[in-house]
Amino acid sequence: MGATAAGLLTILALVGVLALVYRPLGDYMAGVLTSTRHSKVETLGYRVIGVDPEGRQSARGYALSVVGFSVVSLVVLFAILVGQSVLPFSRGLPGMPWDMALNTAVSFVTNTNWQSYAGESTLGWTAQMAGLAVQNFVSAAVGIAVAIALVRAFTRRRNDDLGNFWVDLVRINLRILLPLALVSALVLVGLGAVQSFAPDRVVDTVLGGQQTLTFGPVASQEAIKELGTNGGGFFNANSAHPFENPTALSNLIEIFLLLLIPVCLTRTFGTMIGSRKHGYAVLGAMTFLWGAMLTVALVSEVGGHGDSARAAGAAMEGKETQLGTWASTLFAISTTGTSTGAVNSAHDSFTPVGGGAAMLNMMFGEVSPGGVGAGLYGFLIVAVLAVFVAGLMVGRTPEFLGKKIGTTEMTYVALYTLASPALVLIGVGVAIAMPSSADAMGNVGGHGFSEVVYAYTSAANNNGSAFGGITVTSTFFQLTLAAAMLLGRFVPILLVLRLAGSLARQGTVPTTAGTLPTHTVQFAALTVGVIALVAGLTFFPTLSLGPIAEALS
Amino acid sequence: MTTLTTPPEPTTHTSSKRIPTQQGLTGRQLVAQLVPAVRKLDPRHLWRNPVVLIVWLGSVLTTVLAIADPSAFAISIAVWLWLTVVFANLAEAVAEGRGKAQADSLRAARQDSVARLLGTDGVETQVAGTELRPGDRVVVEAGEVVPGDGDVVEGVASVDESAITGESAPVIREAGGDRSAVTGGTTVLSDRIVVEITSAPGHTFLDKMIALVEGASRRKTPNEIALSILLISLTLVFLLAVASLAPMARYAGAPQSTVVLVALLVCLIPTTIGALLSAIGIAGMDRLVRVNVLAMSGRAVEAAGDVSTLLLDKTGTITIGNRQASRFVAMPGVGDDELRDAARLSSLADQTPEGRSIVTLAEEQGGSGGVPQGAEFVEFTAQTRMSGIDLAGGRLVRKGAASAVHRWVGGDVAPELADAVDEISEAGGTPLVVAERSGTGGRVLGVVHLKDVVKDGMRERFDELRRMGIRTVMITGDNPKTAKAIADEAGVDDFLAEATPEDKLALIREEQAGGRMVAMTGDGTNDAPALAAADVGVAMNTGTSAAKEAGNMVDLDSDPTKLIDVVAIGKQLLITRGALTTFSIANDVAKYFAIIPAMFVAAYPGLDALNVMRLGSPESAILSAVIFNALVIVGLIPLALRGVAYRAASAASVLNRNLLVFGVGGVVVPFLGIKLIDLVVSPLLSL
Amino acid sequence: MTTTTSSTPVTTRPSVASLATDLLRQGWTGLRALLVLTVVLGVVYPVVVWAVGQLAFGDRADGQLVQQDGTVVGSALIGQPFDAETAPGLFHSRPSAGGYDPLATAPSNLGPSDPDLVRSIEQRRADVARTNGVAPSAVPPDAVTASGSGVDPYVSPAYAALQVERVAEASDLTVGEVRTLVAEHTHGRSLGFLGDPKVDVLQLNLAVLAAGR
Repeated sequence: MGATAAGLLTILALVGVLALVYRPLGDYMAGVLTSTRHSKVETLGYRVIGVDPEGRQSARGYALSVVGFSVVSLVVLFAILVGQSVLPFSRGLPGMPWDMALNTAVSFVTNTNWQSYAGESTLGWTAQMAGLAVQNFVSAAVGIAVAIALVRAFTRRRNDDLGNFWVDLVRINLRILLPLALVSALVLVGLGAVQSFAPDRVVDTVLGGQQTLTFGPVASQEAIKELGTNGGGFFNANSAHPFENPTALSNLIEIFLLLLIPVCLTRTFGTMIGSRKHGYAVLGAMTFLWGAMLTVALVSEVGGHGDSARAAGAAMEGKETQLGTWASTLFAISTTGTSTGAVNSAHDSFTPVGGGAAMLNMMFGEVSPGGVGAGLYGFLIVAVLAVFVAGLMVGRTPEFLGKKIGTTEMTYVALYTLASPALVLIGVGVAIAMPSSADAMGNVGGHGFSEVVYAYTSAANNNGSAFGGITVTSTFFQLTLAAAMLLGRFVPILLVLRLAGSLARQGTVPTTAGTLPTHTVQFAALTVGVIALVAGLTFFPTLSLGPIAEALS
Repeated sequence: MTTLTTPPEPTTHTSSKRIPTQQGLTGRQLVAQLVPAVRKLDPRHLWRNPVVLIVWLGSVLTTVLAIADPSAFAISIAVWLWLTVVFANLAEAVAEGRGKAQADSLRAARQDSVARLLGTDGVETQVAGTELRPGDRVVVEAGEVVPGDGDVVEGVASVDESAITGESAPVIREAGGDRSAVTGGTTVLSDRIVVEITSAPGHTFLDKMIALVEGASRRKTPNEIALSILLISLTLVFLLAVASLAPMARYAGAPQSTVVLVALLVCLIPTTIGALLSAIGIAGMDRLVRVNVLAMSGRAVEAAGDVSTLLLDKTGTITIGNRQASRFVAMPGVGDDELRDAARLSSLADQTPEGRSIVTLAEEQGGSGGVPQGAEFVEFTAQTRMSGIDLAGGRLVRKGAASAVHRWVGGDVAPELADAVDEISEAGGTPLVVAERSGTGGRVLGVVHLKDVVKDGMRERFDELRRMGIRTVMITGDNPKTAKAIADEAGVDDFLAEATPEDKLALIREEQAGGRMVAMTGDGTNDAPALAAADVGVAMNTGTSAAKEAGNMVDLDSDPTKLIDVVAIGKQLLITRGALTTFSIANDVAKYFAIIPAMFVAAYPGLDALNVMRLGSPESAILSAVIFNALVIVGLIPLALRGVAYRAASAASVLNRNLLVFGVGGVVVPFLGIKLIDLVVSPLLSL
Repeated sequence: MTTTTSSTPVTTRPSVASLATDLLRQGWTGLRALLVLTVVLGVVYPVVVWAVGQLAFGDRADGQLVQQDGTVVGSALIGQPFDAETAPGLFHSRPSAGGYDPLATAPSNLGPSDPDLVRSIEQRRADVARTNGVAPSAVPPDAVTASGSGVDPYVSPAYAALQVERVAEASDLTVGEVRTLVAEHTHGRSLGFLGDPKVDVLQLNLAVLAAGR
């Protein structure tokens, strides 16, 4: 079989398997999040935590819980990272410096998983398992919970009950993430991913040299790292590392896992609002963006554009032999489209257009299909924006899913839309003005600039992948990137919850022939257009000095 | 009491035609408003419009820079940025200017009148019109101007209201009932009335009208505010994009001058819609004024675009005011001609519309001849409930309600007659029985079928409304059977029969509880609660002041079908906003392709590939984009004032069309425009 | 119960003090929730995966260690630095940005237009061509580019094929024998269509060494 046929078949297989699980998992998640029954284990859990599972929360209550939980998570994780030397199973490693620990704690609590450290030489098992992997679960659950709170708002009529954050948190972890992670972790182990508590092993190699092999709970973390669109690798090389991603099949499974929940949440959305067509429209738009970026990147990567690829005969710099350009590009676009940030190849060494596509994919605001939960609420925010302009054009004051988009709603949507571009532009503007930045870059000229742009884009959109040549261990980068991650996560979340409150308190406007239908190809296409236009207009000057300049040189 | 005001002729044309098309905006009009436009350069005026304010700040900055370091390029940019601000002001000034003329003529009517205040003791005192307070009673006689808004509490008069409605035919105003309201500034032509003043000085209808058409009391509507928020956030994004571009450009080894950065910023921020937004709002109100509807707030106009339920009174709105004879049903043994002629004879002297319609129908069917010699007419009375004619030969012909005529004839009711009467009733008509009596006795000749006549074109208009997503509900005092028949014939979606004002209010509340927006018309005092409750309540100018106070619009023509136009204008207003926003944002694509390569081609020669327009030089590219950005505002002023055409169609197809025109058009047009401007500018700059 | 304060009235604007109190209370609940979840997700979950993995898959979960003469010499999944200098008679691995050090797994992260990268690719091409006595145009991409992990255990079948004659010459094996060994250590695409075909360098070299004795 030729490489092209194999590559296309890989994509087809991925889409096919996702299509198979779309309905069952989407509906299962809707069931979990709307059920009124608590299992015995959960009831016990609520008692230990000290919450009334029947309590209802308004937007304010829900937001307070999200913030309270996240702040505690941040503090605890920071403590674990700084103090890991006193923790058991730490492989004798010292604690992280405070700025790196702060950056890492923020990074994992915000579902970003930006890594300014190399896992194998920095972290022990306790920090990896009880610190990072736990945040991989719960930060993903927070994202899903917030998205579901927004979805619930559309189903409410003059009733600001958005659910109960603690119940959502527990259920998403125990009923959705944990079973999926358990199964997929075991599958990965079966394919060769490491799950071993053996100590570091120094071996004398064939040629008489030495290699230190390190092990750990890799597969268990790998599964939730993809499933929760987190992306933080156990090892520095992330999913390029054969211990994390041993074969081309495990590679496909990892891509499948990182797309799984964001894709199926569109079904959950459709089911919960009682209009599956809306779910399909959202999925269609997300898939189109993903497919478009994938096509652009594939043409460039497989085509081997750029100086180094031309010199080498293929764009293989930074890619694994067994994965090749197709599987690497598929991973790159899926990971940047889902705010996962796991990488199986060096994005920094991608062809100009391929790397640019990965960057643009994040600049879309992580909606193709976006991170767990974050992708759905991010998309719905853009849909509200699209409906605002399009609604006017059909001669009605705009409405979406029966809710009027008035001044209050528009304020939240506008601020949301503003948040991440502002963080990226301010971050890049300030960083590039610092003379020290040039030293941090791993590359010269336009590509060095691209590394800085990629870093802030990744941080502000909570992706976590990097043009890894840049050295971000200076306190300046640690703190500014941490700020971008923190604000890029929680400003949007608080705005989404306020929007949800405002929508839930509204009555519902019935649909008439004069209502702009929002479950159609037309509207999905329009939303895609708005996403592309907003990102394009915001970032065209920036991109033109980075990937575009590089591609056209 | 002699005559009633004739209701306006039923209109048959479609709504899109009824909205007066804007007479082309002449160059002279634009030039005439240049002075007010320049006067609006005062930043205190501009702070309400942040987008234009940014352009203003940019103009100041570039002017300072151009003076400090003069170059043809910097000076040109500064000049064109100032022109951008002027053009933005021009749009607003032109829109306001259109109202000014109308306001002036209204002001002429608001001359300082002297009122004859009637004391409680019945003594008249002369006071200035401006001193009248609500509750005061004034006397107005023929030739005098009504000193303030109020209700007639005594007497009847014909009043010339042309100062307000533009309609020259006088109207009757009388105490009691639904035609009691008089408006300050109108002139009493005959008789004497006593008016109880209902509005405080300065708050009269005339004052409100003047303020409205001038746009003086204009406040931003909710949707306008929401759109402004979007525009401000876009402006902020572009501000950040341009501000961060400065260090990026420096890093790239292509530092950019402040003039260029300001030029880029002005091109990117949504100046087009920012400049035209208030003009669109003013023009929308102005369009309503042109169809003789006064909206008391912009919010009401916006709400009109959202209306999903329309309550329409049957009589006068859906049907023409009077019933008409549609056919004759002869009894067995009576010839069709015999019935026809008898019915005609009985109605020859009948001046009621029903009577005239019987004569017309009979003549259509071949009846003719004058009034026979010696005949004597019998007028309709409430006691007999019949009218007719007594002929010289002793033959008496009567027509009237079945029971009355039957009593007059005597004897048993023929089953055929009962059947015919029932059948007509069931079809929503009114049966009028015709009978004759002579020496030999009396007999029933047959039945005239009087029916409500639905105005021409109503079904089409309701179909159109349905396509717009608007449900029409007919309100009538008729019984449900009759109401249903008419509702079916007119093609309304629903009806409310035997409706009381309370029923009307309840229906509005019910619709609103379901989230629907309701529009209705009304004129009576008992309509006031419903008018106040409706999202769009259009009061007829002929109605009571209570009704006019309660509604949020007044129709000077008192034409209930005007609601349909009001809805269309509301939609047009929103569409124009959406379309120009889309156009404005879509324009940025071309501007980027003009400016970005111009800025960075020196540092990255490869970026020349983005210069798809092949613009002459970097400087001419940037200047051309700025010039296009300014000129497009002027170019779109007529569209902003006229409004984007609205055709009733499904939301999806309206969106498709507008996206194609303003979205795709918005991308394509500036490519052509900037290229054309560059062809002129490029040689000039190289001089 | 304590925490889920249901629907605060929307109209009243909560004071800063009540916000702080509420936040503290939520934080306390959050801490308890985090601890419970840490036990389940941070301890029980990985240990269960480990236990089941060990039982079901044995040494597959332990990094697939490779032995030579009974001694562990590495992992089948982790490449080793075989190159012209260190292993003139064996199959060479791809270039590595981290020198095949499992404690520093990393790519070169050099950009597509980086002049140094282009230069080193050209240099490697010339070196590989010279070492193996082939035309520079015959050198496949993986032979001149560094991998993403820095410990890529595989090379392409093309790169392996190109080295067969040199390896045969240096050992006592015939070209045919070496070619057979290469074929034995060549893996097609996973499931026939996933990824690219690959040759396992460490195990191939162990086989060459074993056969060459």
